[in-house]
Amino acid sequence: MTISDRPLTAMIGLPDGPPDCAAYGRAGGWQAVRRTLRDMTPDAVIDMVTASKLRGRGGAGFGTGQKWSFVPKDPAATRRKYLIANADEMEPGTFKDRMLLEGNPLQLIEGMIIAGYAIQAGHGVIFLRGEYHLALERLNRAIAEARQVGWLGENILGSGFGFEIHVHASGGRYICGEETALLTALEGRRAQPRSKPPFPQVGGLWGAPSVVNNVETLCNLPHIVTNGAEWFVSLGLGPDSGTKLYGVSGRVRRPGAWELPMGTPLREIVEDHAGGMRDGYRLRALLPGGASTAFLDVGQIDIPMDYGAVEKAGSRLGTGLAILLDDRTCPVGMLHNLEHFFAQESCGWCTPCRDGLPWVERLLNAIENGTGEPEDLDRLHDHARMLGPMGRTFCAHAPGAMAPLASGLKLFREDFDAHIRQRACPLRHAA
Amino acid sequence: MSTADAPLPPALRTRITDLAQAEHRPRAASVSALTMVQDHFGWVSDAHLAETASLLGMSPADLDGIATYFNLIFRRPVGRHVILLCDSVSCWIMGRDAVCARLQARLGIRPGETTADGAVTLLPIVCLGHCDHAPAMLVDRTLHGDLNAETAEQLADTLRAPTP
Repeated sequence: MTISDRPLTAMIGLPDGPPDCAAYGRAGGWQAVRRTLRDMTPDAVIDMVTASKLRGRGGAGFGTGQKWSFVPKDPAATRRKYLIANADEMEPGTFKDRMLLEGNPLQLIEGMIIAGYAIQAGHGVIFLRGEYHLALERLNRAIAEARQVGWLGENILGSGFGFEIHVHASGGRYICGEETALLTALEGRRAQPRSKPPFPQVGGLWGAPSVVNNVETLCNLPHIVTNGAEWFVSLGLGPDSGTKLYGVSGRVRRPGAWELPMGTPLREIVEDHAGGMRDGYRLRALLPGGASTAFLDVGQIDIPMDYGAVEKAGSRLGTGLAILLDDRTCPVGMLHNLEHFFAQESCGWCTPCRDGLPWVERLLNAIENGTGEPEDLDRLHDHARMLGPMGRTFCAHAPGAMAPLASGLKLFREDFDAHIRQRACPLRHAA
Repeated sequence: MSTADAPLPPALRTRITDLAQAEHRPRAASVSALTMVQDHFGWVSDAHLAETASLLGMSPADLDGIATYFNLIFRRPVGRHVILLCDSVSCWIMGRDAVCARLQARLGIRPGETTADGAVTLLPIVCLGHCDHAPAMLVDRTLHGDLNAETAEQLADTLRAPTP
């Protein structure tokens, strides 16, 4: 693979650690920000990113150019605007943004300058999860160096455009990854989501127009500007453009994350890149893109990992990092673990989520530990039906929690029945 | 007077005030200020919470609402070292329960507790983003992966060794 086939990770994993400003420039960095600030209008950047068909890499897959286009267009000087990098990577099973943050922080900084220019925001914030200590250290070092060299600050390259970045280390709550909760957290309040409208692009941080983009999304921008929208489209194997950081965790030979063409078949990711299952384990099902995506059955492994194909298969691409369930791990136990996470991380603002998720967790705990009753399955189905669709709760947290549950109840019906019938977990006793 | 009641050192007060002034509104510095207090004392006592709140122009209850919202702000004393053992799905699949059981047995505490010698606190934490090296845990600021009961126990033992 040549460098242009895997632009995001080309400079990651070098023996000397992340590149400094000079090394980043020698390897092709800073070209994009030069071109942006010297030769392009903000609208031209938005048009190019729209033409590249870049979609958000944080999980929702919204068109990046389209997202930016909702920001009111008025001269930067007249209004405070914010560009926020969502680096609150807390989706269980996901470790891609950490790779980008630790491996090449300047790539994110360059992407943020480009995005900031496109929406004419002078203020950049990196919302970083508090557990990422190494990323925090490397980001702060990279920002300080970029400021010293002149890539950040006032009047960058004499363009008249000024941009500053500061890092906010979070106190740690999953819901902060939701963009409106993230904004609330930055304002120094309990990080509960807000109702939309107003959308952040119009009324975001401190009421000012704000765009929240995922780290991987932003890291794609320098490469799109340098190589063009057509090149970016050509990288994808199917309808979606670019590359994607895909990954696998669970009982495979080589767990990890790899930058591959968007639309790479799931089977290739699991068998070639992750090396297939370890000896003595068979793949049973998987969550294709994090804890809040629905289970796919082993029989669906030949789908391409793009937004549309995974949705058609009944799940979501999500973060693109798959969690594998093997035949010696109890699916009821796995669901109990997942729902414990969602119940704990519910912000508590709306009743169906605050009370419903712990109820689901208790039911699953009872079934897993052999005290479940057949009616418990009806209660689980009730929750999946009532909390699953968007709009029944204040934000997407509960629907995310119901995705693995609803799909798991279907896929693992026999396992649920066996737990209730035998009044024990069959797998735990066999292990 | 215990350290929990001692006033914040003047240098720390200045850092919090500077940070609050640099923000668009002082309260935006809430989590950062609480983190600074915690970095200094290990946790955030009632007295320190109230003093920090006054520096930010907030009521103690308002700031406590934020402190108690976040996983990484400790409102009770912790040991000299804090083990944050991931309890999310990939680590669970890869055997984090066995790691936790061994740590509990070796340290003589349950998750949420601190050893009697004040050396180690054991806490569960959500996914640490180290799933390709599951099971994983964070010991203070250092990430450890590919754990099993034995390696986790050895790590815990080094934390309890008397400091030379």
